[in-house]
Amino acid sequence: MGSIFNLQQVVNGLQLGSIYALIALGYTMVYGIVRLINFAHGDFFMIGAYAAYGAFFLFNAVLGGSGLPMAGIALVLAMAASGGVALLTNRLAYKPLRYKPKLSSLITAIGVSMLIEYLFSAIPFIGPSFRAFPDILPSRPIQIGPNATISTHALIDIGVAAVLMIGLTVLVRHTALGKAMRAVSQDKDAAKLMGIDVEKVIAWTFLIGGSFAGAAGLLAGMTYPRIFPFMGILPGLKAFIAAVLGGIGNIPGAVLGAYIMGVAETFATAYNSLLGEGIAFAILIVVLLVRPRGILGEKSADKI
Amino acid sequence: MKIPRTPWLLVVAAGFWAVVQLLRLVGFNDYYLFIANLSLVYVILAVSLNLINGIIGQFSLGHMGFAAVGAYVSGSITTLIYKLSPNVAAHYPGFVLALVAGGVAAALVGVAIGFPTLRLKGDYLAIVTLGFGEIIRTIFNNIDAVGGPRGLLGIPKFSTFTVILAFALITVAVIRNIAESAHGRNMIAIRENELAADLVGIDTTGYKVKVFALGAFFAGVGGGLYAHLLQIAHPTQFGFIYSVQVLIMVYAGGVGSLTGSVLAAFALTILTQVLKSFLSWLKAVTDLPIGGDWYMVVYALLLILIMLYRTEGLMGTREAKLMVIPEEDEK
Repeated sequence: MGSIFNLQQVVNGLQLGSIYALIALGYTMVYGIVRLINFAHGDFFMIGAYAAYGAFFLFNAVLGGSGLPMAGIALVLAMAASGGVALLTNRLAYKPLRYKPKLSSLITAIGVSMLIEYLFSAIPFIGPSFRAFPDILPSRPIQIGPNATISTHALIDIGVAAVLMIGLTVLVRHTALGKAMRAVSQDKDAAKLMGIDVEKVIAWTFLIGGSFAGAAGLLAGMTYPRIFPFMGILPGLKAFIAAVLGGIGNIPGAVLGAYIMGVAETFATAYNSLLGEGIAFAILIVVLLVRPRGILGEKSADKI
Repeated sequence: MKIPRTPWLLVVAAGFWAVVQLLRLVGFNDYYLFIANLSLVYVILAVSLNLINGIIGQFSLGHMGFAAVGAYVSGSITTLIYKLSPNVAAHYPGFVLALVAGGVAAALVGVAIGFPTLRLKGDYLAIVTLGFGEIIRTIFNNIDAVGGPRGLLGIPKFSTFTVILAFALITVAVIRNIAESAHGRNMIAIRENELAADLVGIDTTGYKVKVFALGAFFAGVGGGLYAHLLQIAHPTQFGFIYSVQVLIMVYAGGVGSLTGSVLAAFALTILTQVLKSFLSWLKAVTDLPIGGDWYMVVYALLLILIMLYRTEGLMGTREAKLMVIPEEDEK
């Protein structure tokens, strides 16, 4: 094992993978329920980062700028802002198109994504320049091996992602809402006949997916402290590819795909930065050629 | 007896050419001419995208990637010729050949991308073509021989109004004739129901790859003209957002309607310029920090509103009456 394949890279990859996982979950949940690739999902991630940034300036005087209470409030605000925008997007843009051809929803999603990005970029006190994200929780390294350290940021990223993912699993498996979600994703019409309020389930899905992206936005802001209005495009695309890799519509698949993606990208970047940029698309192409339904996805056939 | 059809397209194009030439005499300045040129380039891009997205019903989001291939290939060739002997007039045959070479290169890329991706459908295809468009752009961004992130500079300004109009005319004529041929009917069958089209013996994959290649060819030509109009080929000119702009033209005009694409290409190019100058005027008058990004906000809203309230676009799948073959009476 050379200098590239070491424990440090695995740690970095898991950290990146946690952020991808939180974004990918929203993609896969929305796809599972309404069969829509929500292009604007990466922008919910960006909104989360900006909401956390705003929270810092709102509560800076009261809470002293850093520490756990500050981080907690930033997390709540980031999740609320992204979840709220996701809910609003669903209500205003996607709901009227629910029973129209699928492509019109997709094009609308592209429009929503552009609208959010350029609106943020055009509003003078937000964009379009880069902003340094405040150091809410100062990081320090912890030695975990001869040549490897794990930063407290990495622990927080992995920890927050794990807690949220466990929460989601409990929600989907053991609550009435979760049962309704699974029913809607299997067969929307049958679910409706069983008395499930499909629109309500869809709204919850957007809210949860959006708030997870918002949490990822805060984590990414803390870890890679530079935010700008277009920061959601690439992570959004990569998280989508992670969801496809795991099998889109499949919740454990999205997490698995995201971690594979995070580790693969970290190793590829260590080898060559251009390769790091391209590895996501290489993975996408290989998956689509070899196993289009993804690692954990179910096989589907054309219905005549 | 068959009455010979009036070549309306030629008449319209000639009329447009004459009007612009007349306007040039009465103070139609270079800026307006530039807008006319840009609109015509967008006509080429939008009509060729409409062949892929509208006529055969696939969904490509990476059209500007093909345009980038055409721009860089033709730009490299003409820059080289121009360096060897800077006599502009003598180079027009070379320029046309360079444009065609750029188109062919883009078509080859289109085939290479088409084979693995065209078995995907709808939203998957959209994402993959988006990805490929970005990959092409990233590749150009990293080739130092064509300027890398600085872009390919010093491309001679060979794209004159007449040349662009001629290529736009050829593009629209070729694509219209294909759309109205028996092949075009097969393509529409694939759009309406791929499985059924397959069952009646239409080679769906073959058609899709060919259409992808043809659309890419014209996108490459359009990209070449674009580069020779702006005298630069830069990776940022061919980003995802510009593919979306072309997409908006196709959907605003009516997916499947070539007339719609032509009209929308003109309307939206002019709208962009009007918005830009309106914004800078507003900025000057009110002294507020109004950024140039607002026009993209308007674009995005426009796209959403079209999708919500007029999904089929301005023209639907109809064509302007001038351009359709009159239905022959069956007796």
